[in-house]
Amino acid sequence: MKIAIVGVQGDVSEHVEIVKKALDNLGISGIVKPVRKRGFISESDAVIIPGGESTTISRLIWRDGIAEEIIELARDGKPVMGTCAGLILLAKHGDKQVEETDTRLLKLMDIWVRRNAFGRQRESFETEIDFKGIGRYRAIFIRAPLIERVGKGVDVLARIDEGIVAVRERNLLGLAFHPELTGDTRIHEYFISMI
Amino acid sequence: MELEKLRFGTELIKRGFAKMQKGGVIMDVTNAEQAGIAEDAGAVAVMALHKVPADIRMSGGVARMADPRIIEEIMDAVTIPVMAKVRIGHYAEAEALQAIGVDMIDESEVLTPADTFFHIDKRKFIVPFVCGARNLGEAVRRIWEGAAMIRTKGEAGTGNVVEAVKHMRLMNYAINSVVKADKDTLKKIARRFAESYLRLPSLISSDMNIDFDDDTTIYEEYTFSEICDGLYDVLLDIKKMKRLPVVNFAAGGIATPADAAFMMKLGADGVFVGSGIFKSSNPEAYARAIVEAVQHYDEPEVIAEVSKGLGEAMKGLEISSLEIQMQERGV
Repeated sequence: MKIAIVGVQGDVSEHVEIVKKALDNLGISGIVKPVRKRGFISESDAVIIPGGESTTISRLIWRDGIAEEIIELARDGKPVMGTCAGLILLAKHGDKQVEETDTRLLKLMDIWVRRNAFGRQRESFETEIDFKGIGRYRAIFIRAPLIERVGKGVDVLARIDEGIVAVRERNLLGLAFHPELTGDTRIHEYFISMI
Repeated sequence: MELEKLRFGTELIKRGFAKMQKGGVIMDVTNAEQAGIAEDAGAVAVMALHKVPADIRMSGGVARMADPRIIEEIMDAVTIPVMAKVRIGHYAEAEALQAIGVDMIDESEVLTPADTFFHIDKRKFIVPFVCGARNLGEAVRRIWEGAAMIRTKGEAGTGNVVEAVKHMRLMNYAINSVVKADKDTLKKIARRFAESYLRLPSLISSDMNIDFDDDTTIYEEYTFSEICDGLYDVLLDIKKMKRLPVVNFAAGGIATPADAAFMMKLGADGVFVGSGIFKSSNPEAYARAIVEAVQHYDEPEVIAEVSKGLGEAMKGLEISSLEIQMQERGV
């Protein structure tokens, strides 16, 4: 099994480490590789877009042809997960911030996202959420986006009050928080089981 | 939202914020227009300043926190995180920046230090801090004090990368030594590193001829032995992780795409560029080229390509010609 982590910017090594741990827990052998250029993603079984700055990651993946590879992989039905900045990039519909910064999205998930929805870093927080199919989960929100609306065929997996923070649409998984930061491998195991 | 269930400013959130900056370039800017150029070029954050370090060096005098109005204008102009600098040890400047909602505070030797004895106890803030370090001792002390990110000090405003390289090499060598050291040795190193907190009590002790011991409170609410234990815990983390437990960026003298790539090759998690961009002849081109060089630091053909026809880099200064070495501030 080959899992690619988009490695142009953001907390890439954290995803690499936790995917390795999750594979170990599941007794699966696999290659986990951070990707900074074209080539590896198209031969992978799944890809993760990490947290970071969506403006930066977007510019770099489109410039280097990584974006097209992710889109193709997703269209082939292979699992793609985006966390925080990665979630924004998966969305079909961005907000004013996304438009004003000319952030080009991958437009894969039928969701409406709002960038920096909770405010600045001062307003970043951690809290317990209920994640459908997993249960209580300690979630870390860092200058996090929110999912404001979802289209048909999108399953809501977790909320904070009315705000949607985790969604699944077929082979695509989008999270507003950072499952790679806590050491709890359950969400990555869930993602691997989608392969 | 049920606010009581949300926890703010935890160590995980502060260190997590810094991790989101990895592989990125953080650029010094002095106004909203420059901030926009930085964001468009792909900067992961901007550092809002009154003057870039090269100009601080030129103009002399006391360098302080920037005008909060300028910082707010920059915060309004971009969607990426905005950082700003405070003087070493200056709690009130840091509280003011936290109050206006700056995303990260740089307790920086580039400004004139406010306290010759101590740095800010950064655990007392919700907003994360970045601090400069020339060597492992400085890094371990700043991490124990709550810094969520370390950067090399280098020598800011010079456009000369030599000091940043030196500090990164010193750090890497020392980390390797910690990885190999046994626990007794780490205890000794921790005690040695903790001696920097003794400057104030030592001065009083010799002035007034009174003694202090390991259980005397010497910095904030901490006794000397508690500081030793705290630094020991940071060293244990380093031994386990074979790296600093927080993100480590390069800063201080990085002027070209190749400088940035070299610092990444030496193990930096990302790069701060101060005067290098807006003191060059073509800031847009320099900004874009440095972002690309950091992403592709291990691909020489990309470094060559992005370095072509960039125009004049900032002029740069020889370290031995400097009147003030900013790196010597705040140990």
